[in-house]
Amino acid sequence: MTDCLAITNLSATLPDGQRLLRSVNVNVAPGEVRALVGESGAGKSMLSKAVLGVLPVSVKIVEGDIWLQGNDLGRLTAAKRRQAVAASIALIPQDPLTALNPSRRIGPQMTDRLVKILGWDQTRADERVRTLLDEVHIRDGERVLRAYPHELSGGMRQRVLIAAAFAAEPKLIIADEPTTALDVTVQKQILRLIAEMQRLHGTAILFVTHDLGVVAKISQNVTILYGGMVVEEGAVDQLFANPQHPYTRALLAATPRYTDPEASLLPVDQSVLSDLAKAVETADRDWMSSHGG
Amino acid sequence: MADIRRRYKKPNLRLWLAGGWIALALAAALLAPWIAPHDPLTQDLLYGRLPPFWIEGAEPGFWLGTDSLGRDLLSRLIHGARIAFMVAFAAAIAACLVGSTLGLVAGYFGGWADRIISRIVDIWMSFPPVLFAILLIAVLGTGLHSVIIAIAVIDWTRFCRVIRAEAMVQARMDYVESAHIAGFGRVKTMIDEVLPNVLPSIIALLSLEMGIAIIVEAILSFVNLSVATDDPTWGGIIAEGRLSIHQAWWVLVFPLVALFLTVLSFSQLGEGLKQRFDPVLR
Repeated sequence: MTDCLAITNLSATLPDGQRLLRSVNVNVAPGEVRALVGESGAGKSMLSKAVLGVLPVSVKIVEGDIWLQGNDLGRLTAAKRRQAVAASIALIPQDPLTALNPSRRIGPQMTDRLVKILGWDQTRADERVRTLLDEVHIRDGERVLRAYPHELSGGMRQRVLIAAAFAAEPKLIIADEPTTALDVTVQKQILRLIAEMQRLHGTAILFVTHDLGVVAKISQNVTILYGGMVVEEGAVDQLFANPQHPYTRALLAATPRYTDPEASLLPVDQSVLSDLAKAVETADRDWMSSHGG
Repeated sequence: MADIRRRYKKPNLRLWLAGGWIALALAAALLAPWIAPHDPLTQDLLYGRLPPFWIEGAEPGFWLGTDSLGRDLLSRLIHGARIAFMVAFAAAIAACLVGSTLGLVAGYFGGWADRIISRIVDIWMSFPPVLFAILLIAVLGTGLHSVIIAIAVIDWTRFCRVIRAEAMVQARMDYVESAHIAGFGRVKTMIDEVLPNVLPSIIALLSLEMGIAIIVEAILSFVNLSVATDDPTWGGIIAEGRLSIHQAWWVLVFPLVALFLTVLSFSQLGEGLKQRFDPVLR
């Protein structure tokens, strides 16, 4: 396994047996930026939570493997698994307002992980964090390190979180809709920043989003999810130019274009959705019969 | 700007007034043997029921008058503060340690830990508190230790309930999840990420609980279940003053005022400190 992250045939269920993830396959090669696209409820957050090992207690993985750097996470003990994830994955969270602890200063929050988990000494961690703040274009880094989160703007906090994510040179970063909670004007800057940092550090990114416009800007490859199922995947330019699945076509048609604001936004066609619902049903039925349930 | 400044000024004034009274009362309690003008226990029936200094018939040296046995009221109040504060600090801190720890564990870990702790709290709180205290002291025997233990045993549930609720909110925050992902263990996350955020509430509750402990101690000494009857306690003085209210109202009123001001100050101090410690409110 040379892939940075390989999710094979992953299914997760609720206690009532309903599947949230339906035999999902997603691979992320080293240095690749892969977008994971879907509407809300499509299972994209579930998938990233499954990788990070923070699924809600009620959700159980019933089938499939998650390979991280060639290690099968399912075979590790809980502690080993946490170590493996901590050592090679970082998260850029969705909401910068709740992702920083309001009662602790930024500096210690950023260095904590380096010092206490990865065993760096404090001076080295401080150095590193200053360099990173520089890289994300925060000019008064010293002030920011001493500040409490509420003293910074949303965009500023997201910069801090991006810096923190890259600080330990992870192999993979999971960006969970990192621009959704931000102002439209700030969104663009943050996207550009993530792309810039990615080029600088060569980190693989799994970019979770519902915005195809964002996908085009940042990623090379894309996986489209619907109802916990992979609908279509491929290289971004190919998939955008020549979408194979009707749902992908419908999604593309539904994306607003800044260049053509007059064009009416098309909702996804009902027939496409009902076809998808049928596909989900069929998949579930097949899965049930093959698993003796 | 002026508006903001005024908003910030208000809690400070409150903090200073409340803190000032507490500091004064605490100093009096600590220095009681040296600053009390008379021995609180010396009786002198010739000087019985002397009025406070501004009323005709007062004797110099007995600032707040004397009780029916001729004991100096000011000295008794100052010595009473000693017991009040000892109970306040010891009982409130004990209740806080037990209650906050259990609340934090219940709220943060959830699941079985929460179910067990919450049921215990429910059962605990269905006992009438004062009756519970009286029963406990009947078992433990009277005395300062028993009072402190009784208050701690009864009131830890206050901390537990509030801190549990706050820890539950905190446990769902993204930064707690981020800490897990970053590789921090559960207990470490609880202490590093959750505790600092519930600390302002713990401090506010602690201060409030000190006031409550003083009231409970006063109630217990009122019904003669606190320390030995000889030792002056605020509750004990109130109980005695009740008997002579028509002849010497001051014996009832001054300890009540001291009690009232102290309890009010503790609750105000708690609020003020909470705002002081909370970086978002600050």
